[in-house]
Amino acid sequence: MKRFFRESAAIVQVELIKLVRDPTEIISRAVQPLLWLVVFGQVLAQVRGIQTGQLSYLAFITPGILAQSVLFSAIFYGIAIIWERDLGVVHKLLVSPALRISLVFGKAVAAGFRGILQAVVIYLIALVMHVSLRLDPLAIFAVLVSVMLGSGIFATFSLVIACIVKTRERFMGIGQLLTMPMFFASNAIYPLEIMPGWLRFIAQINPLTYLIDALRGLMITGGESVHGYATDFTVMFAVFGVLLFIAVKLYPTLAE
Amino acid sequence: MPDRFAIETSELTRRFGNLTAVDHIALRVPYGEIFGLLGANGAGKSTVIKMLTTLLSPTSGTADVGGFDIIRSPADVRRRIGYVSQLLSADGALTGYENLRLSAKLYDIPATERKERIENALEFMGLVDSADKLVRTYSGGMIRRLELAQAMLHRPAILFLDEPTIGLDPVARHTVWDRLIDLRRNHGMTVLITTHDMEEAEALCDNLAILHRGNISVVGKPAELRAGLGEGANMDDVFVHYAGGSIQESGTFREIVQNRRTAHRLG
Repeated sequence: MKRFFRESAAIVQVELIKLVRDPTEIISRAVQPLLWLVVFGQVLAQVRGIQTGQLSYLAFITPGILAQSVLFSAIFYGIAIIWERDLGVVHKLLVSPALRISLVFGKAVAAGFRGILQAVVIYLIALVMHVSLRLDPLAIFAVLVSVMLGSGIFATFSLVIACIVKTRERFMGIGQLLTMPMFFASNAIYPLEIMPGWLRFIAQINPLTYLIDALRGLMITGGESVHGYATDFTVMFAVFGVLLFIAVKLYPTLAE
Repeated sequence: MPDRFAIETSELTRRFGNLTAVDHIALRVPYGEIFGLLGANGAGKSTVIKMLTTLLSPTSGTADVGGFDIIRSPADVRRRIGYVSQLLSADGALTGYENLRLSAKLYDIPATERKERIENALEFMGLVDSADKLVRTYSGGMIRRLELAQAMLHRPAILFLDEPTIGLDPVARHTVWDRLIDLRRNHGMTVLITTHDMEEAEALCDNLAILHRGNISVVGKPAELRAGLGEGANMDDVFVHYAGGSIQESGTFREIVQNRRTAHRLG
Protein backbone atom coordinates (compact mmCIF):
# COMPACT_ATOMS: atom_id res chain seq x y z
CA MET A 1 0.00 0.00 0.00
CA LYS A 2 2.87 2.34 0.89
CA ARG A 3 4.44 1.55 -2.45
CA PHE A 4 1.16 2.30 -4.26
CA PHE A 5 0.89 5.72 -2.62
CA ARG A 6 4.58 6.55 -3.20
CA GLU A 7 4.38 5.70 -6.90
CA SER A 8 1.05 7.46 -7.41
CA ALA A 9 2.39 10.53 -5.59
CA ALA A 10 5.41 10.58 -7.92
CA ILE A 11 3.12 10.70 -10.95
CA VAL A 12 0.93 13.38 -9.35
CA GLN A 13 3.98 15.48 -8.45
CA VAL A 14 5.21 15.44 -12.05
CA GLU A 15 1.79 16.43 -13.40
CA LEU A 16 1.44 19.27 -10.89
CA ILE A 17 4.90 20.62 -11.69
CA LYS A 18 3.92 20.73 -15.36
CA LEU A 19 0.60 22.40 -14.55
CA VAL A 20 2.21 25.10 -12.41
CA ARG A 21 4.89 25.71 -15.03
CA ASP A 22 2.36 26.13 -17.82
CA PRO A 23 -1.06 27.22 -16.50
CA THR A 24 -2.32 28.16 -20.00
CA GLU A 25 -4.77 25.28 -20.01
CA ILE A 26 -6.37 26.34 -16.74
CA ILE A 27 -6.75 29.93 -17.93
CA SER A 28 -8.19 28.92 -21.31
CA ARG A 29 -10.60 26.47 -19.70
CA ALA A 30 -11.94 29.21 -17.43
CA VAL A 31 -13.46 30.97 -20.44
CA GLN A 32 -16.10 28.33 -21.17
CA PRO A 33 -17.77 28.29 -17.72
CA LEU A 34 -17.66 32.07 -17.77
CA LEU A 35 -19.70 32.07 -20.99
CA TRP A 36 -22.13 29.46 -19.71
CA LEU A 37 -22.81 31.28 -16.46
CA VAL A 38 -22.64 34.88 -17.57
CA VAL A 39 -24.34 34.56 -20.98
CA PHE A 40 -26.34 31.33 -21.15
CA GLY A 41 -27.31 31.25 -17.47
CA GLN A 42 -28.40 34.87 -17.28
CA VAL A 43 -30.41 34.76 -20.51
CA LEU A 44 -32.19 31.52 -19.64
CA ALA A 45 -32.89 32.89 -16.17
CA GLN A 46 -34.90 35.68 -17.82
CA VAL A 47 -36.98 33.23 -19.85
CA ARG A 48 -38.13 31.38 -16.71
CA GLY A 49 -39.10 28.46 -18.93
CA ILE A 50 -37.40 25.77 -16.85
CA GLN A 51 -38.81 24.97 -13.43
CA THR A 52 -35.97 24.63 -10.96
CA GLY A 53 -37.95 24.60 -7.72
CA GLN A 54 -36.78 27.02 -5.06
CA LEU A 55 -33.42 27.64 -6.76
CA SER A 56 -32.81 30.44 -9.24
CA TYR A 57 -31.86 29.14 -12.67
CA LEU A 58 -28.34 30.52 -12.26
CA ALA A 59 -27.92 28.71 -8.95
CA PHE A 60 -29.38 25.56 -10.52
CA ILE A 61 -26.88 25.43 -13.38
CA THR A 62 -23.77 26.49 -11.40
CA PRO A 63 -23.02 22.91 -10.20
CA GLY A 64 -23.83 21.69 -13.71
CA ILE A 65 -21.29 24.06 -15.21
CA LEU A 66 -18.68 22.97 -12.66
CA ALA A 67 -19.35 19.35 -13.57
CA GLN A 68 -19.17 20.27 -17.25
CA SER A 69 -15.75 21.89 -16.70
CA VAL A 70 -14.58 18.80 -14.86
CA LEU A 71 -15.87 16.58 -17.69
CA PHE A 72 -14.39 18.64 -20.52
CA SER A 73 -11.06 19.08 -18.77
CA ALA A 74 -10.71 15.41 -17.82
CA ILE A 75 -12.10 13.78 -20.94
CA PHE A 76 -9.28 15.13 -23.06
CA TYR A 77 -6.70 13.65 -20.71
CA GLY A 78 -6.49 10.79 -23.17
CA ILE A 79 -4.88 13.11 -25.72
CA ALA A 80 -2.01 13.68 -23.29
CA ILE A 81 -1.73 9.91 -22.76
CA ILE A 82 -1.52 9.32 -26.51
CA TRP A 83 1.04 12.10 -26.77
CA GLU A 84 3.08 10.41 -24.03
CA ARG A 85 2.81 7.17 -25.93
CA ASP A 86 4.09 8.80 -29.11
CA LEU A 87 7.02 10.28 -27.17
CA GLY A 88 7.91 6.96 -25.51
CA VAL A 89 7.09 8.20 -21.98
CA VAL A 90 4.50 5.45 -21.55
CA HIS A 91 7.07 2.82 -22.56
CA LYS A 92 9.50 4.12 -19.96
CA LEU A 93 6.86 4.09 -17.23
CA LEU A 94 5.75 0.57 -18.14
CA VAL A 95 9.30 -0.81 -18.12
CA SER A 96 9.69 0.44 -14.55
CA PRO A 97 8.64 -1.92 -11.74
CA ALA A 98 5.93 0.56 -10.68
CA LEU A 99 2.49 -0.98 -10.20
CA ARG A 100 0.24 -0.34 -13.19
CA ILE A 101 -2.52 0.77 -10.87
CA SER A 102 -0.20 3.43 -9.39
CA LEU A 103 0.49 4.86 -12.84
CA VAL A 104 -3.21 5.03 -13.75
CA PHE A 105 -4.36 6.21 -10.31
CA GLY A 106 -1.66 8.89 -10.28
CA LYS A 107 -2.99 10.26 -13.57
CA ALA A 108 -6.55 10.24 -12.18
CA VAL A 109 -5.54 12.13 -9.04
CA ALA A 110 -3.59 14.66 -11.12
CA ALA A 111 -6.76 15.22 -13.18
CA GLY A 112 -8.55 15.75 -9.87
CA PHE A 113 -6.23 18.62 -8.96
CA ARG A 114 -6.95 20.22 -12.33
CA GLY A 115 -10.65 19.84 -11.54
CA ILE A 116 -10.15 21.59 -8.20
CA LEU A 117 -8.62 24.57 -9.99
CA GLN A 118 -11.72 24.64 -12.21
CA ALA A 119 -13.86 24.60 -9.07
CA VAL A 120 -12.00 27.60 -7.65
CA VAL A 121 -12.62 29.54 -10.87
CA ILE A 122 -16.34 28.67 -10.87
CA TYR A 123 -16.76 29.54 -7.19
CA LEU A 124 -15.26 32.95 -7.93
CA ILE A 125 -17.51 33.56 -10.95
CA ALA A 126 -20.56 32.39 -8.99
CA LEU A 127 -19.75 34.65 -6.06
CA VAL A 128 -19.38 37.64 -8.36
CA MET A 129 -22.78 36.78 -9.86
CA HIS A 130 -24.35 36.61 -6.39
CA VAL A 131 -25.17 32.91 -6.54
CA SER A 132 -25.88 31.83 -2.98
CA LEU A 133 -23.14 29.31 -2.26
CA ARG A 134 -22.65 27.11 0.77
CA LEU A 135 -19.32 28.24 2.17
CA ASP A 136 -19.10 26.10 5.29
CA PRO A 137 -15.80 24.14 5.36
CA LEU A 138 -17.47 20.72 5.40
CA ALA A 139 -19.54 21.51 2.31
CA ILE A 140 -16.51 22.90 0.49
CA PHE A 141 -14.47 19.85 1.43
CA ALA A 142 -17.24 17.57 0.14
CA VAL A 143 -17.38 19.55 -3.12
CA LEU A 144 -13.62 19.11 -3.56
CA VAL A 145 -13.93 15.37 -2.94
CA SER A 146 -16.77 15.20 -5.51
CA VAL A 147 -14.71 17.13 -8.04
CA MET A 148 -11.68 14.89 -7.46
CA LEU A 149 -13.86 11.83 -7.89
CA GLY A 150 -15.60 13.18 -10.99
CA SER A 151 -12.29 14.16 -12.56
CA GLY A 152 -10.89 10.73 -11.74
CA ILE A 153 -13.88 9.03 -13.40
CA PHE A 154 -13.69 11.02 -16.63
CA ALA A 155 -9.88 11.04 -16.84
CA THR A 156 -9.82 7.27 -16.40
CA PHE A 157 -12.62 6.89 -18.94
CA SER A 158 -10.55 9.03 -21.27
CA LEU A 159 -7.51 6.84 -20.66
CA VAL A 160 -9.55 3.75 -21.53
CA ILE A 161 -10.65 5.34 -24.80
CA ALA A 162 -7.05 6.38 -25.54
CA CYS A 163 -5.90 2.78 -25.00
CA ILE A 164 -8.51 1.58 -27.50
CA VAL A 165 -8.16 4.19 -30.26
CA LYS A 166 -4.39 4.89 -29.81
CA THR A 167 -4.23 7.89 -32.17
CA ARG A 168 -4.91 11.56 -31.48
CA GLU A 169 -7.05 12.02 -34.58
CA ARG A 170 -9.42 9.20 -33.65
CA PHE A 171 -9.48 10.31 -30.06
CA MET A 172 -10.46 13.88 -30.95
CA GLY A 173 -13.40 12.56 -32.93
CA ILE A 174 -14.59 10.25 -30.18
CA GLY A 175 -13.94 12.84 -27.47
CA GLN A 176 -16.17 15.36 -29.25
CA LEU A 177 -18.76 12.65 -29.82
CA LEU A 178 -18.92 11.80 -26.11
CA THR A 179 -18.68 15.06 -24.24
CA MET A 180 -21.65 17.03 -25.55
CA PRO A 181 -24.13 14.09 -25.42
CA MET A 182 -22.94 13.30 -21.87
CA PHE A 183 -23.47 16.91 -20.90
CA PHE A 184 -26.91 17.29 -22.47
CA ALA A 185 -28.04 13.86 -21.27
CA SER A 186 -27.58 14.90 -17.67
CA ASN A 187 -29.24 17.15 -15.12
CA ALA A 188 -26.68 19.95 -15.71
CA ILE A 189 -28.92 22.60 -17.26
CA TYR A 190 -32.40 21.18 -16.75
CA PRO A 191 -33.91 18.86 -14.12
CA LEU A 192 -34.49 15.17 -14.80
CA GLU A 193 -38.26 15.63 -14.30
CA ILE A 194 -38.76 17.63 -17.50
CA MET A 195 -36.86 15.13 -19.69
CA PRO A 196 -38.68 12.69 -21.97
CA GLY A 197 -38.54 9.13 -20.66
CA TRP A 198 -35.78 7.91 -22.99
CA LEU A 199 -33.51 10.84 -22.13
CA ARG A 200 -34.17 10.45 -18.42
CA PHE A 201 -33.14 6.80 -18.69
CA ILE A 202 -29.84 7.80 -20.34
CA ALA A 203 -29.32 10.55 -17.74
CA GLN A 204 -29.81 8.02 -14.96
CA ILE A 205 -27.02 5.80 -16.23
CA ASN A 206 -24.77 8.79 -16.85
CA PRO A 207 -22.24 9.24 -14.00
CA LEU A 208 -22.21 12.99 -14.68
CA THR A 209 -25.78 13.14 -13.37
CA TYR A 210 -24.69 11.81 -9.98
CA LEU A 211 -21.76 14.21 -9.78
CA ILE A 212 -24.07 17.15 -10.53
CA ASP A 213 -26.68 15.86 -8.10
CA ALA A 214 -24.13 15.73 -5.28
CA LEU A 215 -22.67 19.12 -6.20
CA ARG A 216 -26.12 20.75 -6.29
CA GLY A 217 -26.77 19.76 -2.72
CA LEU A 218 -23.25 20.56 -1.49
CA MET A 219 -22.58 23.80 -3.34
CA ILE A 220 -25.82 25.74 -3.37
CA THR A 221 -27.68 27.16 -0.40
CA GLY A 222 -31.08 25.46 -0.43
CA GLY A 223 -29.93 22.92 -3.02
CA GLU A 224 -30.62 19.25 -2.49
CA SER A 225 -29.41 15.92 -3.77
CA VAL A 226 -32.38 14.26 -5.47
CA HIS A 227 -30.82 10.80 -5.37
CA GLY A 228 -29.26 11.25 -1.93
CA TYR A 229 -25.54 11.61 -1.24
CA ALA A 230 -25.15 7.93 -0.42
CA THR A 231 -26.43 6.95 -3.86
CA ASP A 232 -24.42 9.68 -5.61
CA PHE A 233 -21.12 8.70 -4.00
CA THR A 234 -21.76 4.96 -4.22
CA VAL A 235 -22.41 5.26 -7.95
CA MET A 236 -19.35 7.47 -8.47
CA PHE A 237 -17.00 5.25 -6.46
CA ALA A 238 -18.34 2.14 -8.22
CA VAL A 239 -17.92 3.67 -11.69
CA PHE A 240 -14.42 4.86 -10.80
CA GLY A 241 -13.51 1.40 -9.50
CA VAL A 242 -14.73 -0.33 -12.66
CA LEU A 243 -13.00 2.17 -14.96
CA LEU A 244 -9.78 1.93 -12.93
CA PHE A 245 -9.83 -1.84 -13.28
CA ILE A 246 -10.34 -1.64 -17.06
CA ALA A 247 -7.70 1.09 -17.44
CA VAL A 248 -5.11 -0.92 -15.51
CA LYS A 249 -5.71 -3.85 -17.86
CA LEU A 250 -5.57 -1.71 -21.01
CA TYR A 251 -2.79 0.76 -20.16
CA PRO A 252 0.06 -1.67 -20.94
CA THR A 253 -1.35 -2.19 -24.46
CA LEU A 254 -0.32 1.38 -25.27
CA ALA A 255 3.31 0.25 -25.43
CA GLU A 256 2.71 -2.71 -27.72
CA MET B 1 24.84 -19.20 -8.27
CA PRO B 2 23.64 -16.73 -10.88
CA ASP B 3 22.78 -17.87 -14.39
CA ARG B 4 25.58 -17.63 -16.88
CA PHE B 5 23.46 -15.74 -19.33
CA ALA B 6 21.93 -12.34 -18.72
CA ILE B 7 19.49 -12.99 -21.55
CA GLU B 8 18.45 -16.36 -22.85
CA THR B 9 15.57 -16.85 -25.25
CA SER B 10 14.02 -20.08 -26.40
CA GLU B 11 11.79 -20.34 -29.47
CA LEU B 12 10.74 -16.74 -28.85
CA THR B 13 7.98 -15.87 -31.30
CA ARG B 14 5.63 -12.96 -31.84
CA ARG B 15 2.91 -12.77 -34.42
CA PHE B 16 0.71 -9.81 -35.32
CA GLY B 17 -2.22 -11.34 -37.17
CA ASN B 18 -0.73 -13.13 -40.16
CA LEU B 19 2.63 -11.43 -39.82
CA THR B 20 5.34 -13.27 -37.89
CA ALA B 21 7.50 -10.42 -36.59
CA VAL B 22 9.81 -12.66 -34.55
CA ASP B 23 10.11 -16.30 -35.49
CA HIS B 24 11.36 -18.86 -32.94
CA ILE B 25 14.56 -17.06 -32.11
CA ALA B 26 17.18 -18.39 -29.69
CA LEU B 27 19.62 -15.88 -28.23
CA ARG B 28 22.15 -16.12 -25.45
CA VAL B 29 23.85 -13.04 -24.07
CA PRO B 30 26.46 -13.62 -21.33
CA TYR B 31 26.67 -11.23 -18.38
CA GLY B 32 28.91 -8.22 -18.92
CA GLU B 33 28.69 -8.28 -22.70
CA ILE B 34 27.62 -5.55 -25.10
CA PHE B 35 25.46 -7.40 -27.58
CA GLY B 36 24.20 -5.87 -30.80
CA LEU B 37 20.92 -6.72 -32.47
CA LEU B 38 21.03 -5.60 -36.07
CA GLY B 39 18.62 -5.73 -38.94
CA ALA B 40 16.73 -3.63 -41.44
CA ASN B 41 13.62 -1.74 -40.35
CA GLY B 42 10.87 -4.27 -39.81
CA ALA B 43 13.32 -7.13 -39.16
CA GLY B 44 11.94 -7.59 -35.64
CA LYS B 45 14.57 -5.88 -33.47
CA SER B 46 12.20 -3.61 -31.58
CA THR B 47 9.70 -6.45 -31.15
CA VAL B 48 12.44 -8.58 -29.55
CA ILE B 49 13.37 -5.73 -27.19
CA LYS B 50 9.73 -5.12 -26.32
CA MET B 51 9.28 -8.77 -25.40
CA LEU B 52 12.50 -8.90 -23.37
CA THR B 53 11.53 -5.74 -21.47
CA THR B 54 8.02 -7.16 -20.79
CA LEU B 55 6.24 -4.50 -22.87
CA LEU B 56 4.89 -7.14 -25.21
CA SER B 57 3.91 -10.74 -24.56
CA PRO B 58 5.36 -13.42 -26.81
CA THR B 59 2.93 -15.43 -28.88
CA SER B 60 4.97 -18.52 -28.00
CA GLY B 61 8.36 -19.43 -26.63
CA THR B 62 9.96 -17.79 -23.65
CA ALA B 63 12.95 -15.87 -22.38
CA ASP B 64 14.87 -15.41 -19.15
CA VAL B 65 16.19 -11.95 -18.42
CA GLY B 66 18.42 -11.50 -15.38
CA GLY B 67 17.48 -15.00 -14.30
CA PHE B 68 13.71 -14.40 -14.42
CA ASP B 69 11.12 -15.58 -16.88
CA ILE B 70 9.57 -12.67 -18.79
CA ILE B 71 6.11 -14.26 -18.69
CA ARG B 72 6.00 -15.70 -15.18
CA SER B 73 7.99 -12.98 -13.36
CA PRO B 74 7.71 -9.73 -15.33
CA ALA B 75 7.98 -7.55 -12.20
CA ASP B 76 11.28 -9.21 -11.23
CA VAL B 77 12.58 -8.70 -14.76
CA ARG B 78 11.64 -5.00 -14.64
CA ARG B 79 13.58 -4.48 -11.41
CA ARG B 80 16.73 -5.79 -13.08
CA ILE B 81 16.64 -3.92 -16.35
CA GLY B 82 17.08 -0.40 -17.66
CA TYR B 83 15.58 0.70 -20.96
CA VAL B 84 16.23 3.49 -23.40
CA SER B 85 13.55 3.63 -26.02
CA GLN B 86 14.09 4.50 -29.67
CA LEU B 87 11.78 7.44 -28.98
CA LEU B 88 12.90 10.39 -26.89
CA SER B 89 11.20 9.56 -23.63
CA ALA B 90 12.62 12.22 -21.32
CA ASP B 91 9.92 14.70 -20.37
CA GLY B 92 10.73 18.06 -21.95
CA ALA B 93 8.49 19.94 -19.53
CA LEU B 94 10.60 18.80 -16.57
CA THR B 95 14.20 19.53 -15.66
CA GLY B 96 16.87 16.85 -15.92
CA TYR B 97 16.86 16.51 -12.15
CA GLU B 98 13.07 16.13 -12.03
CA ASN B 99 13.16 13.43 -14.70
CA LEU B 100 15.73 11.53 -12.67
CA ARG B 101 13.78 12.01 -9.44
CA LEU B 102 10.71 10.46 -11.06
CA SER B 103 12.75 7.43 -12.10
CA ALA B 104 14.27 7.17 -8.63
CA LYS B 105 10.81 7.08 -7.05
CA LEU B 106 9.35 4.58 -9.52
CA TYR B 107 12.36 2.29 -9.04
CA ASP B 108 12.04 2.56 -5.25
CA ILE B 109 15.49 3.99 -4.62
CA PRO B 110 15.42 4.82 -0.88
CA ALA B 111 14.78 8.50 -0.13
CA THR B 112 18.06 8.71 1.79
CA GLU B 113 20.04 7.64 -1.30
CA ARG B 114 18.07 9.42 -4.02
CA LYS B 115 19.90 12.74 -4.04
CA GLU B 116 23.36 11.17 -4.07
CA ARG B 117 22.44 8.66 -6.79
CA ILE B 118 20.94 11.38 -8.98
CA GLU B 119 23.98 13.60 -8.52
CA ASN B 120 26.33 10.73 -9.35
CA ALA B 121 24.33 9.87 -12.46
CA LEU B 122 24.33 13.51 -13.59
CA GLU B 123 28.07 13.71 -13.05
CA PHE B 124 28.71 10.44 -14.87
CA MET B 125 26.72 11.68 -17.86
CA GLY B 126 28.25 15.18 -17.79
CA LEU B 127 24.93 16.88 -17.07
CA VAL B 128 25.58 18.55 -13.71
CA ASP B 129 25.45 22.09 -15.13
CA SER B 130 22.20 21.37 -16.95
CA ALA B 131 20.42 19.54 -14.16
CA ASP B 132 18.04 22.38 -13.37
CA LYS B 133 17.27 23.34 -16.94
CA LEU B 134 14.15 22.15 -18.74
CA VAL B 135 14.90 19.13 -20.90
CA ARG B 136 13.24 20.82 -23.87
CA THR B 137 16.28 23.13 -23.94
CA TYR B 138 18.74 20.19 -24.11
CA SER B 139 20.55 19.12 -27.26
CA GLY B 140 19.81 15.67 -28.68
CA GLY B 141 23.00 14.22 -27.22
CA MET B 142 22.20 15.61 -23.78
CA ILE B 143 18.70 14.09 -23.88
CA ARG B 144 20.15 10.69 -24.75
CA ARG B 145 22.67 10.96 -21.92
CA LEU B 146 19.88 11.93 -19.54
CA GLU B 147 17.88 8.90 -20.66
CA LEU B 148 20.91 6.71 -20.06
CA ALA B 149 21.22 8.26 -16.61
CA GLN B 150 17.55 7.43 -15.95
CA ALA B 151 18.01 3.88 -17.20
CA MET B 152 21.08 3.22 -15.01
CA LEU B 153 19.96 5.06 -11.88
CA HIS B 154 18.70 1.92 -10.14
CA ARG B 155 21.88 0.02 -11.14
CA PRO B 156 20.25 -2.55 -13.39
CA ALA B 157 22.07 -5.71 -14.36
CA ILE B 158 20.98 -5.37 -17.98
CA LEU B 159 20.48 -2.31 -20.14
CA PHE B 160 18.30 -2.40 -23.26
CA LEU B 161 18.96 0.33 -25.79
CA ASP B 162 16.72 0.58 -28.83
CA GLU B 163 18.64 2.56 -31.47
CA PRO B 164 19.96 5.02 -28.89
CA THR B 165 22.04 7.10 -31.29
CA ILE B 166 19.50 7.51 -34.08
CA GLY B 167 19.47 11.13 -35.24
CA LEU B 168 22.53 12.16 -33.19
CA ASP B 169 25.46 14.02 -34.70
CA PRO B 170 28.85 12.21 -34.68
CA VAL B 171 30.14 14.02 -31.58
CA ALA B 172 27.03 13.26 -29.54
CA ARG B 173 27.05 9.68 -30.82
CA HIS B 174 30.64 9.12 -29.70
CA THR B 175 29.85 10.62 -26.29
CA VAL B 176 27.02 8.11 -25.86
CA TRP B 177 29.36 5.28 -26.90
CA ASP B 178 31.96 6.40 -24.35
CA ARG B 179 29.36 6.38 -21.59
CA LEU B 180 28.21 2.89 -22.57
CA ILE B 181 31.77 1.56 -22.54
CA ASP B 182 32.29 3.20 -19.12
CA LEU B 183 29.09 1.60 -17.84
CA ARG B 184 30.24 -1.84 -18.83
CA ARG B 185 33.76 -1.27 -17.49
CA ASN B 186 32.75 0.33 -14.18
CA HIS B 187 29.54 -1.51 -13.39
CA GLY B 188 29.81 -4.74 -15.36
CA MET B 189 26.49 -3.95 -16.97
CA THR B 190 25.19 -6.18 -19.76
CA VAL B 191 23.98 -4.11 -22.69
CA LEU B 192 21.70 -5.20 -25.50
CA ILE B 193 21.64 -2.58 -28.21
CA THR B 194 19.79 -2.41 -31.50
CA THR B 195 21.27 -0.31 -34.25
CA HIS B 196 21.43 0.34 -37.97
CA ASP B 197 24.82 1.90 -37.63
CA MET B 198 27.54 -0.53 -38.64
CA GLU B 199 30.27 1.70 -37.24
CA GLU B 200 28.44 1.67 -33.93
CA ALA B 201 28.06 -2.11 -34.03
CA GLU B 202 31.76 -2.60 -34.64
CA ALA B 203 32.88 -0.01 -32.10
CA LEU B 204 30.68 -1.21 -29.25
CA CYS B 205 29.60 -4.80 -29.60
CA ASP B 206 31.42 -7.88 -28.35
CA ASN B 207 28.97 -10.01 -30.28
CA LEU B 208 26.06 -9.29 -32.54
CA ALA B 209 23.13 -11.00 -34.15
CA ILE B 210 21.61 -9.97 -37.45
CA LEU B 211 17.87 -10.38 -37.80
CA HIS B 212 16.16 -10.84 -41.12
CA ARG B 213 12.36 -11.09 -41.30
CA GLY B 214 12.12 -12.19 -37.70
CA ASN B 215 14.83 -14.85 -37.92
CA ILE B 216 18.42 -14.72 -36.78
CA SER B 217 20.65 -14.88 -39.86
CA VAL B 218 23.94 -14.98 -38.03
CA VAL B 219 25.55 -14.49 -34.62
CA GLY B 220 29.19 -13.69 -34.05
CA LYS B 221 31.91 -11.21 -33.27
CA PRO B 222 32.11 -8.30 -35.70
CA ALA B 223 35.66 -9.18 -36.80
CA GLU B 224 34.72 -12.83 -37.37
CA LEU B 225 31.70 -11.88 -39.43
CA ARG B 226 33.80 -9.59 -41.60
CA ALA B 227 36.47 -12.25 -42.01
CA GLY B 228 33.81 -14.77 -42.96
CA LEU B 229 32.97 -12.74 -46.06
CA GLY B 230 36.54 -12.61 -47.28
CA GLU B 231 39.35 -10.13 -47.30
CA GLY B 232 38.37 -6.46 -47.54
CA ALA B 233 34.79 -6.97 -46.39
CA ASN B 234 33.47 -4.28 -44.10
CA MET B 235 30.51 -4.24 -41.73
CA ASP B 236 28.21 -2.78 -44.37
CA ASP B 237 28.98 -5.85 -46.50
CA VAL B 238 28.19 -8.06 -43.52
CA PHE B 239 24.88 -6.29 -43.05
CA VAL B 240 23.89 -6.50 -46.69
CA HIS B 241 24.89 -10.15 -46.84
CA TYR B 242 22.99 -11.30 -43.76
CA ALA B 243 20.15 -8.77 -43.50
CA GLY B 244 18.91 -9.56 -46.96
CA GLY B 245 18.93 -6.01 -48.28
CA SER B 246 20.47 -2.59 -48.05
CA ILE B 247 20.89 -0.65 -44.85
CA GLN B 248 18.33 1.86 -46.08
CA GLU B 249 15.66 -0.80 -46.61
CA SER B 250 12.35 0.72 -45.58
CA GLY B 251 10.35 -0.32 -42.56
CA THR B 252 6.71 0.06 -41.75
CA PHE B 253 4.99 3.44 -41.99
CA ARG B 254 4.81 3.65 -38.21
CA GLU B 255 8.52 2.95 -37.79
CA ILE B 256 9.43 5.59 -40.32
CA VAL B 257 7.17 8.12 -38.60
CA GLN B 258 8.73 7.27 -35.23
CA ASN B 259 12.27 7.59 -36.59
CA ARG B 260 11.48 10.93 -38.19
CA ARG B 261 9.80 12.19 -35.04
CA THR B 262 12.82 11.21 -32.97
CA ALA B 263 15.19 12.80 -35.47
CA HIS B 264 13.03 15.94 -35.51
CA ARG B 265 13.07 16.23 -31.72
CA LEU B 266 16.81 15.78 -31.73
CA GLY B 267 17.03 18.74 -34.08
